[in-house]
Amino acid sequence: MLLIPCPWCGPRDESEFRYGGEAHIGAPANPGSLSDADWADYLFMRNNPKGWFRERWMHAQGCRRWFNAVRHTVSNEIAAVYRMGEPPPPAPGPGREGET
Amino acid sequence: MRRYSILSLARNALSHHQGWPRLWRSPEPRRAYEIVIVGGGGHGLATAYYLAKEHGIVDVAVLEKGWLGGGNTGRNTTIIRSNYLWDESAAIYEHALRLWEGLSADLNFNVMLSQRGVLNLAHTLHDLREGARRVHANRLNGIDAEWLTPAEVKAFCPIVNVARDARYPVLGATLQRRGGVARHDAVAWGYARAADARGVDIVQNCEVTGIEVSGGRVTGVRTTRGAIGARKVAIAAAGHTSVLAAMAGIRLPIQSHPLQALVSEPVKPVLDCVVMSNAVHVYVSQSDKGELVMGAGIDAYNSYGQRGSFHVIERQMAACLELFPIFGRMRMMRSWAGIVDVCPDASPIVSKTPIGGLYINGGWGTGGFKSTPGSGWVFAHTIARDEPHPLNAPFSLDRFATGALIDEHGAAAVAH
Ligand SMILES: Cc1cc2nc3c(=O)[nH]c(=O)nc-3n(C[C@H](O)[C@H](O)[C@H](O)COP(=O)(O)OP(=O)(O)OC[C@H]3O[C@@H](n4cnc5c(N)ncnc54)[C@H](O)[C@@H]3O)c2cc1C
Ligand SMILES: [Zn+2]
Repeated sequence: MLLIPCPWCGPRDESEFRYGGEAHIGAPANPGSLSDADWADYLFMRNNPKGWFRERWMHAQGCRRWFNAVRHTVSNEIAAVYRMGEPPPPAPGPGREGET
Repeated sequence: MRRYSILSLARNALSHHQGWPRLWRSPEPRRAYEIVIVGGGGHGLATAYYLAKEHGIVDVAVLEKGWLGGGNTGRNTTIIRSNYLWDESAAIYEHALRLWEGLSADLNFNVMLSQRGVLNLAHTLHDLREGARRVHANRLNGIDAEWLTPAEVKAFCPIVNVARDARYPVLGATLQRRGGVARHDAVAWGYARAADARGVDIVQNCEVTGIEVSGGRVTGVRTTRGAIGARKVAIAAAGHTSVLAAMAGIRLPIQSHPLQALVSEPVKPVLDCVVMSNAVHVYVSQSDKGELVMGAGIDAYNSYGQRGSFHVIERQMAACLELFPIFGRMRMMRSWAGIVDVCPDASPIVSKTPIGGLYINGGWGTGGFKSTPGSGWVFAHTIARDEPHPLNAPFSLDRFATGALIDEHGAAAVAH
């Protein structure tokens, strides 16, 4: 089970959280002028890196607030958590297992 | 290829079974092939076999970064069925099931298909309606499907708890009698042996690290064993589909998650069918060795780590014990995870791509073992003809732009 550091409550068990998938997907500024391909990209296409990933979590059984995390998708190492609206920290170097 | 038969068995018994040949050669990769298939799981190997058998193309290499079937092929719970809701899915999964039914003879290799029947339990009014609807839809598509009452469930599988006051009351179940299980490793080995016999090169310990594209067309791959040219490159990398596609600059609607399974200590025969329950993430069958084979739902987060969190299997075991109180004293021996490639509509992508000569077969998520023969068959057609077969045309990448999604969450989301 992951130990996830909620930026408000501190480290808690993964089972208290809800996963929100990839972070920083902004709603389109001009929805009326989007092509079908643009809509597909916004609605369905996702990064799925083997390595560092910026993702959203919600502390469902705690403060019930959303936040972002930078987690490595092989080692599960969490390099940073930051609150909604804060700028994402720069991507860390290679992960513990030498994966990129 | 030396064919297996009762005579060859007898002959080899005389020499104490020392004389059996290797199942496939392990050639050094050549500098170039007409077609390179990335991924030596069931889907990649089946694709190679049908390219050779159905289309006469044998200038083909299958490149596998580890060993054959070491991915999800060798990690899955092997449930086979074709009772999906929508016409498109019913057609492709039923095509696969028909191929399964002749596969051991076709490959001259026993894949140990056991059509012992698959139950899908309904615990809520919603499950019941969805299940009954699916039975009707299946029948309209010529797929065998039955609806069982709780008493009939009890008769078919006596160890299921159908008490009215159970934590997860059984209100009924769908039954596909032609569904069942098969031996996962044998599927990889059987396809590999048969493809090799027709001239396909199977190369293990060869990881693809880049895809070469020039002027909008694929020209080859970079690998840990050097560059290999190819007129066509076909990705069949399951959990790593997005990683391979990204090498060619293609973004996909796929997310990779761990999916966990576990087996018990072996016991005497106690369960002679497959029981699945979508609502509580339980599916269980008993292997020929006597182990109970069961699996959980996916772990929520993206991962390539081939391990999952304990609370996920703890939860599925708790539900399993409610359904099967008789398992209360069993010990679980091993648990593991595979990385599954999940699409938003719980349906696969078997498709051409915007890059000429590059093809993708992925997104089968938690349920692609059952489709192995059918997936390889339609993918081979798509690659050989450079256009999809009518069976997989609806599963093209462009459905995410046209909106023609094939929503199989009811039949596939958790289930296999
Ligand atoms: C726990 C679990 C239970 C499941 N239960 C069922 C079930 O009951 N019924 C069902 O129908 N389905 C089930 N599935 C899903 C099923 O296993 C998969 O959908 C299916 O096996 C995927 O296709 P494959 O066999 O080709 O994949 P794999 O066997 O994973 O093959 C892909 C191969 O690609 C290789 N590869 C990846 N990247 C590279 C690279 N860069 N270069 C070279 N090679 C590469 C991998 O090493 C791997 O061997 C289950 C999956 C899991 C994990
Ligand atoms: Zn919190």
